[in-house]
Amino acid sequence: MSRAFKIHAADNVATLLADVSAGAAVHVLGESTRNLVARDQIMLGHKLALTPIGAGETVIKFGVAIGCATRDIAEGEWVHLHNLASAFDHRSKTLDVETGAATDTKYE
Amino acid sequence: MSNALIPSWTGFLRGDGRKGVRNLVLIIYTVECAKFVAHSIAAGEDDVHVIGFPGCYDNQYAVRMMLSLGRHPNVGAVLAVGLGCEYTRPDRIAETIASSDRPAEWFRIQDAGGTRSSIEQGKRIVLRMRDHIREATPRVPMRLADLTIGAECGGSDGTSGLAGNPVVGRVFDRVVDAGGTAIFEETVEMIGLKSIILARAAHDTARSQLEAAYEKAVRYCEDVRQFSVAPGNFAGGLSTIEEKSMGAFAKGGSQPLQGVIRVSQRPPSPGLWILDSVPDSHFMQFGYTNPNDTEGIMDLIAAGAQVVLFVTGRGSVIGSPIAPLVKVTGNSRTFERMSDDMDYDAGKVLSGDQTLDEAGDALLALITRVAAGQMSKPEALGHREYFVMYKHQDTPPLEVGCRA
Repeated sequence: MSRAFKIHAADNVATLLADVSAGAAVHVLGESTRNLVARDQIMLGHKLALTPIGAGETVIKFGVAIGCATRDIAEGEWVHLHNLASAFDHRSKTLDVETGAATDTKYE
Repeated sequence: MSNALIPSWTGFLRGDGRKGVRNLVLIIYTVECAKFVAHSIAAGEDDVHVIGFPGCYDNQYAVRMMLSLGRHPNVGAVLAVGLGCEYTRPDRIAETIASSDRPAEWFRIQDAGGTRSSIEQGKRIVLRMRDHIREATPRVPMRLADLTIGAECGGSDGTSGLAGNPVVGRVFDRVVDAGGTAIFEETVEMIGLKSIILARAAHDTARSQLEAAYEKAVRYCEDVRQFSVAPGNFAGGLSTIEEKSMGAFAKGGSQPLQGVIRVSQRPPSPGLWILDSVPDSHFMQFGYTNPNDTEGIMDLIAAGAQVVLFVTGRGSVIGSPIAPLVKVTGNSRTFERMSDDMDYDAGKVLSGDQTLDEAGDALLALITRVAAGQMSKPEALGHREYFVMYKHQDTPPLEVGCRA
């Protein structure tokens, strides 16, 4: 079973320690131990939601706010640029979700 | 640690009393036009390194940085090479460095007669200086208390904040405990953590320095509409600057923050310090902050770090002149894929094979071997990347109006 790490008791996301495919079970370790099902394919180093997170609610990792949910996020869902936004950095909203590549610079 | 376990090794004593872990000749070129000659002089010589500044118009920040690097404890002698037209003065660079009691010479390519004769002249000078410092530099015992260590991260991914940076944090704690100095920078990667950083201040002065540096970093990133996150960070699972910040800050360990130094300043006392490399406000908005990893590594070396740690989750193939770079990754996949370039796999913490403390001890042991002379991976590969740029920081206000 793939593993994910919950760093702080207050966290509502955990970090994947290996790639996981959609529908696969994930063993969460760290600040609490439990199993849940990944709803999406999620790559090593990326985050999955440990609880449902409503649009506008704070996403917490390391016990600190790392941004706000831009739409409702279900338990087990991949949490990244498509559903999480920084409170500071607005350019990152324009980046490609999969690769992080810039889409706002013109090459012409 | 008991006394018997405190690492010690042999270093090089400089005339100014500082101790180095390498005994190098540094060539400093003062304009892009002199770069080819400078590198040709150094070619084929492991212990002759090169840095330089590309601009023809000089810049106080860049001059301060070249002087700090020339007086670095790992540097035994300096040759400054100019073309002859530029503002930056190789003669003044050599004289200033010579006043720190190490040999320093200079020449201009236009006086020496062109490419071939300049390279020949340069090689003669450099080889003579190298023979001299090999012979004349006193060898002295060194301990962690004599060490200034820097840490930078780049190519971060979701493992960096979980393993790579926390392991470096353990090393920082041990170096500071032993009476040494530890420096990390990237105030633009502290964004979102204001209260956490201020709570680490050793005293009120440090607290106000940290607050000012934090506010400047936020303002700067907003103004240039660029936060310190790159496509590879996002691809590696980091979604926001706040998330990346918390991972990056972990490399600072747990000791109190003594304050904030600026680029090319040395920490005034041992302990844990933050380096502010963000440009100050200026009518030309000189300089981008942290435009690449090499810039940050140069800042740490200019602050006197004799060894620099570089934490990279996704992998990187840079090195540095002057101070050896030790590469740490929290991603075991990256370690295996880039094993020629990576010095230390902190990913064993994530697989459960090692605790953070065990990994910290093992990394510290590697650092002391490198300090004792073992080449780090990038050093052995010949990586000597450097970056000295135009920037405006901490210079007096410009005079306006006509001079009498």
